[in-house]
Amino acid sequence: MSVLVLAEHDNANLKPSTLNTITAAKKVGGEIHVLVCGSGCSAVAQAAAKIEGVSKVLKCDAPEHANGLAENAAPVIAGLAKNYSHVLAPATTYGKNILPRTAALCDMQQISEIIAVESPDTFQRPIYAGNAIATVQSNDAIKFITVRGTNFDAAASSGGNAAIEDIAAKGDSGLSGYVGAELSKSERPELTSAKIVVSGGRGVGSAENFKIIEKLADKLGAAVGASRAAVDAGYVPNDYQVGQTGKVVAPDLYVAVGISGAIQHLAGMKDSKIIVAINKDPEAPIFSVADYGLVGDLFEIVPEMEGKV
Amino acid sequence: MKILVPIKRVVDYNVKIRVKTDNSGVDLANVKMSVNPFDEIAIEEAVRLKEAGKATEIIAVSIGPDKAQEQLRTAMAIGADRGILVQTNDEVEPLAVAKILKAIVDKEKPDIVILGKQAIDDDSNQTGQMLAALLGWPQGTFASKLEIEGGGLKVTREIDGGLETLMLKLPAIITTDLRLNEPRYAKLPDIMKAKKKDLAVMSPADLGIDTAPRMKTLKVAEPAKRKGGIKVASVDELIGKLKNEAKVLS
Repeated sequence: MSVLVLAEHDNANLKPSTLNTITAAKKVGGEIHVLVCGSGCSAVAQAAAKIEGVSKVLKCDAPEHANGLAENAAPVIAGLAKNYSHVLAPATTYGKNILPRTAALCDMQQISEIIAVESPDTFQRPIYAGNAIATVQSNDAIKFITVRGTNFDAAASSGGNAAIEDIAAKGDSGLSGYVGAELSKSERPELTSAKIVVSGGRGVGSAENFKIIEKLADKLGAAVGASRAAVDAGYVPNDYQVGQTGKVVAPDLYVAVGISGAIQHLAGMKDSKIIVAINKDPEAPIFSVADYGLVGDLFEIVPEMEGKV
Repeated sequence: MKILVPIKRVVDYNVKIRVKTDNSGVDLANVKMSVNPFDEIAIEEAVRLKEAGKATEIIAVSIGPDKAQEQLRTAMAIGADRGILVQTNDEVEPLAVAKILKAIVDKEKPDIVILGKQAIDDDSNQTGQMLAALLGWPQGTFASKLEIEGGGLKVTREIDGGLETLMLKLPAIITTDLRLNEPRYAKLPDIMKAKKKDLAVMSPADLGIDTAPRMKTLKVAEPAKRKGGIKVASVDELIGKLKNEAKVLS
């Protein structure tokens, strides 16, 4: 048995999601190889080689991999897959985009977003927005799996000393081209790996008002999240969204401000260690999952809290 | 330009589902069923492209039980021109769904296939990407904006860091994210008209596709329940609890 892990990165830095995926690979067992597909990505390959438990890093360094296009990455991974019993990728938009395309090229049925490894062929995964947990067994020869990062601890990013092997690229598919990106720039911790998350919902009322959420987050050294309602209303960009179809988070402390607690939102945060809910409606469903609830006007509570923590 | 929109019949998103007591699955008896919400966004986008004069025909296709005809009628009420039901009572996994859709694409030769990014029952998020692989087409997944530009498709995608824009050659696969559009409600005259639209029924075997599953569901269980906590009376009490009881603040 051997596992290939697709590394997520931006050509300069390895994304933390890769470390969680490697922990899932360790639970599967066998030798772990990491594939870094990018352009000018030597630093990433070197970082991957230092991860504890990784025995080999495969580096596919070519201009057509600069922007992580699935059309170019999938054939490279598919070409390697036959050497492995498992191919794992983080269940982020990066992994979710590339891995199913690769699995289909290999005629394999992917297992999406696992939250536990029971044995090398049996896994747990949430269905119905996390309202049920399915235990599934795969009889495919190569198991293609995406991994929900919040359910696996990060592997140690040092202690390893893997060899780096260059592998040949397969050229540009010519099917798709990268135009550009609008990435949210922030000094705050990344939402999916932050220890504390402060999220705002429709109750916050406007983009302007969202500043009080951000101030509290900055005081706590927290990431800022939002409900779908707040994103749809244009208070914050899409990448703030926590929930079934947004990001899944599981910080030590999740502070939900002006969020009613639709099941789609709860699906994205109910694995948090401690949940605090601040809402003016004492009947809001968010209170049924909150460890500590405070009923009242968020415009008084949040600034007061910011002043006192 | 022809657009194919695959749709799935799923439990309505407002239904609070129940896990069967024998842990064999989710109880679907007498539960309201609807078009998967992401697929509804896909239909709406296709209809908007037709209204803008970019598309000429929209074909809705569903794979599922006979009753999925209801969801195809909904799609036709929103604006699909005709429907295809690939009828099966078996659960069909995403790879097999993609193979069936490929067979339909080979016959119908659409320029764009717009799919929901995931179905809200099995939450797989695979079919569009798999179909793109089988066809050798480009894919614009998790789309929040779509523009036809100079013979190609410019797609804005919702990614973890923000938004990304790609240019795809046609034919292409698109999967929808929430903010691509807000689907309209079908009006009564359109619902009546939809009943007269053409709906073809076939089986996976007619298309030569084997839908034998690759995965076995051993168990479906309720997730661990969170215990509701306490209400605190003030910010001071809250901070005290977070520091001394939960120990998540220092």
